[in-house]
Amino acid sequence: MIELDGIGKRYGDAWVVERLDLQVAEGEVLVLVGGSGSGKTTTLKMVNRLVEPSSGRIRIAGRDTASQPAPELRRQIGYVFQRVGLFPHLTVAENIAVTPSLLRWDRARIDRRIDELLELVELDALLRDRRPDELSGGQAQRVGVARALAAEPRVMLLDEPFAALDPPTRDRLQSSFLHIKERIQVTAIFVTHDMTEALRLGDRIAVLRSGRLLQVGTRDEILRTPADAYVASLVQTPRRQLEELMALLDRPASDPSVPAP
Amino acid sequence: MSEQLSLLPGHLAGHLRLTLLALGLGVICSVPLGVWVTRSRRAEPLVLALVSVIQTVPSLALLAFLVPTLALLGAPSIGFLPALIGLFLYSLLPVLRNTVVGIAGVDPAVKEAALGVGMTPRQQLWQVELPLALPTIMAGVRTAAVWTVGTATLATPVGATSLGSFIFSGLQTRNTAAVLTGCIASAALALALDGLVRLLEQGVARPRRRGRLVLALIGLGALVLLALPRDLTAFSSGSRAPIVVGAKTFTEQYILAQLLAEQIQRRAGRTARTVESLGSTVAYDALRSGQIDVYVDYTGTLWSTVMRRTGDPPRRAVVLGEVRRFLAEQGISLVAALGFENSYALAIRRDDARRLGARSISQLAAHSSRLRIGGDYELFQRPEWARITRSYGLRFADRRSMDPSLLYEAIRTRQVDVIGAYSSDGRIDSYDLIALADDRQAVPPYDAVILARPGLAAEQPEVVHALARLEGALSPEAMRRLNGAVDQRRESPRAAARRFLSGSE
Repeated sequence: MIELDGIGKRYGDAWVVERLDLQVAEGEVLVLVGGSGSGKTTTLKMVNRLVEPSSGRIRIAGRDTASQPAPELRRQIGYVFQRVGLFPHLTVAENIAVTPSLLRWDRARIDRRIDELLELVELDALLRDRRPDELSGGQAQRVGVARALAAEPRVMLLDEPFAALDPPTRDRLQSSFLHIKERIQVTAIFVTHDMTEALRLGDRIAVLRSGRLLQVGTRDEILRTPADAYVASLVQTPRRQLEELMALLDRPASDPSVPAP
Repeated sequence: MSEQLSLLPGHLAGHLRLTLLALGLGVICSVPLGVWVTRSRRAEPLVLALVSVIQTVPSLALLAFLVPTLALLGAPSIGFLPALIGLFLYSLLPVLRNTVVGIAGVDPAVKEAALGVGMTPRQQLWQVELPLALPTIMAGVRTAAVWTVGTATLATPVGATSLGSFIFSGLQTRNTAAVLTGCIASAALALALDGLVRLLEQGVARPRRRGRLVLALIGLGALVLLALPRDLTAFSSGSRAPIVVGAKTFTEQYILAQLLAEQIQRRAGRTARTVESLGSTVAYDALRSGQIDVYVDYTGTLWSTVMRRTGDPPRRAVVLGEVRRFLAEQGISLVAALGFENSYALAIRRDDARRLGARSISQLAAHSSRLRIGGDYELFQRPEWARITRSYGLRFADRRSMDPSLLYEAIRTRQVDVIGAYSSDGRIDSYDLIALADDRQAVPPYDAVILARPGLAAEQPEVVHALARLEGALSPEAMRRLNGAVDQRRESPRAAARRFLSGSE
C-alpha cells in the first residue's frame, strides 16, 4: 500500500501541493481528479520522485521512498504518462524489456515476460519487432502500459495516460485497463482531469483543487455526497452531458441537425 | 608527373597522420565537452562562443600563429605539432555543436520516460540520449573530417608534410601536375573519409548493420596503416638522422634546398631531407631552435627583419660582415655566401620604359602617381619599402599584394605597371621586363648566404665543410638560369640542382 503523509511541494514561495494525506490500499486504484494547476501531476510525480517533495513522507509497503536511490525506487514502480515516451531507437520488445534489463533479469525470463505482456495489453505478437514510429497512438500507449508493468511492479502510476487519444481508442484502452486490473492485482494512482474516466476506473476518487484535497471517497460517496460546490459541479458535468445526449436521441429523426441513431 | 607520383605516398602519409590524429582527438574531446555543456546551462553559450571564435580565425593565420606561441613555450614550433594543434582546434566546432544540438533535440518525453523506467542519469545518457543524438553527432564528425582534410593542406608553410606540399611548391614553380596531384589527392581523401564515417555511423546506429561496421573498420584501419611512418626501419638500424634542409616559399629556395641536400649527400656522405615552403620568419626561428639544420637566407632580409636595422644600409661587404657577427652571437654560423644577390628590384615593361624614358627608379619617380604597383605579401610591410619610397619620393596610384607566382602574369596582362621583382628571377628577362637601377642605393644588399643551426659545426663538421665549398659557386647569371629552367622549362628543382652540381664539377 501507498501512504502519503503531509506531502507538499513548494516552488519559490508558492506551494503547488499543500500537506496532503492519502492512502491507497493494496490492490486499489485511486484516481486523482482535478483541473489544470490542481497539483495532481505533481503529487503523482512525488511518489516516484521525479519531483522531490518539499515536505512530508511517502511510504510504499511501509518503506520510506526517500530511503533508497531514486532510480532503484522507480524500477519498482510502473510509470505511464500522456506523452507515452517510447524509446524511438528501440523495438516494441526492447522498449518493454528496458526495466527488466536494468534489473538484470536473464534473457529467457525477459522474453517470456514480453510474450505475457503483449497478450495482457491485447497487442499482436507480430508487433514485437516494430519500431514506435510504426504504431498507432493506441498501440503505442498499450506498449507504454506493458513497459510500465514489465518488471512486475508493486505500484503503478498513470498520468493522464489516455488523454491524448481519440474517444473510441480511449474507450477501448479504458476497458483494457479494467480488464488488466481484474487479471492482476494492481495498486495504482491514476491521474485524470476527466470525471467520467475517474468514475469509470477508480475504486476511490480524490478531488484536488489548487494543491488541496477537497474530498476522498468511493464512487458512490462522490456522486451522492459531494463535499462542496466544486466537487458537485465536477460530478454534475458528465451527468448533464449524458442527459443532453439522451434528450437529443429522443428527438424526432427528421431534425436535419441530428444524424439518425 | 611520375616524379609527383613518387612523392605521393610520403605526402599522403603525412597528410593522413595529421588528419586522423587531429580528427580523433577532436572527437574524443568535443563529444564529452558537448555532453557536459548540455548539462550546464551557464557553460553552453560560453563554450560555443569560444570554439566559434577559433573557427573564424583564418586557418592559415591560426597555424602560423601557433609557431611563435609554441616557440615561446619551448615546444617544437615547426612541423607536426603546430599543424596538429591547429587542425585539432579546427575540428572541435562541428562535432561540439552537433553534439549539443543532437542531445538538446532528444524529445523531453523520451528523457522523462528514461528516468521513469528507472535509469540513472548515466544510463539515460548512454542508452537513450547518445544513441538518439548519434546521427547528428556523426554528421558533425563528417563535416569535421572534410574540413580537416582540406585545412591540412595549409600545414605545409608551418613545416608539416602534407598534400599541401604539392600545392604550395607546385604553385611557386608553376608545376600544374604537382598542383593537380595535391588537389585531386586531398579531394579523394576527403570523400573517402566522409564515406567511411558514414558507413561507421550506419554500422553502429540501430538497426545494426554489421557488414557496414566491418567495412568501415577495415577502411579506417587501411588509412591508419597508410599513415604510419615508413622510416621506422631507419631508426632501428641505428643510422643517423638525416640533415634537415629548410626552404622558404619560392622557386629559388626550392632549388637551393635541393642543391644543399645534394651537396651534403655528395660531399659529406650524409642523407638529407628538405622541409619546404616555410614562411620567411618561420625558417629563421626553426633554424635558431634547431628544428632545421641549414637553409639559405639573404643578408638584406636578416638585416631588416631579424636585426631590425633601419636607416640607410651600408655597402654590401659591411652588411655581410655585420650580419655574420650578429648571427655568431646567436650561435648561428654563416657557412658561405653563394655569390649572387636576390634583392627586390622594381621592374616595368620594356615598352613602358622606352615611353617614359625610365631606366632608373629616380627616372620613374616623376610618373609614379599614374602607375599601379604589385608586390608580394611582404614587400609593402618591409622597412626598405619605406626607405625606397622616401628616398625617391614615390607615390603610386594603387598598390596590390599578391602571391609572388602571380606578379609576372599581372604585369604582362597590364593589371599593374610596376612590380616588386626579385633580381635573380629568370622571368625578368623572359617576360621582357626592365629592372630599374637603384641609383640612390635605397635597397639593402641581399647576398644569399647558407646558415647552419647552433651546434651543427661542432657536432657534424663534415656537413658544414661540404657546404662551405659552395662559397661563391653561384653567379647571378647561374642562379637566373636555374630559376628560369624551373619556372619556364618546368624542370624539377631537384633535377636542376643536380645538373648544376654535376656540371660545375
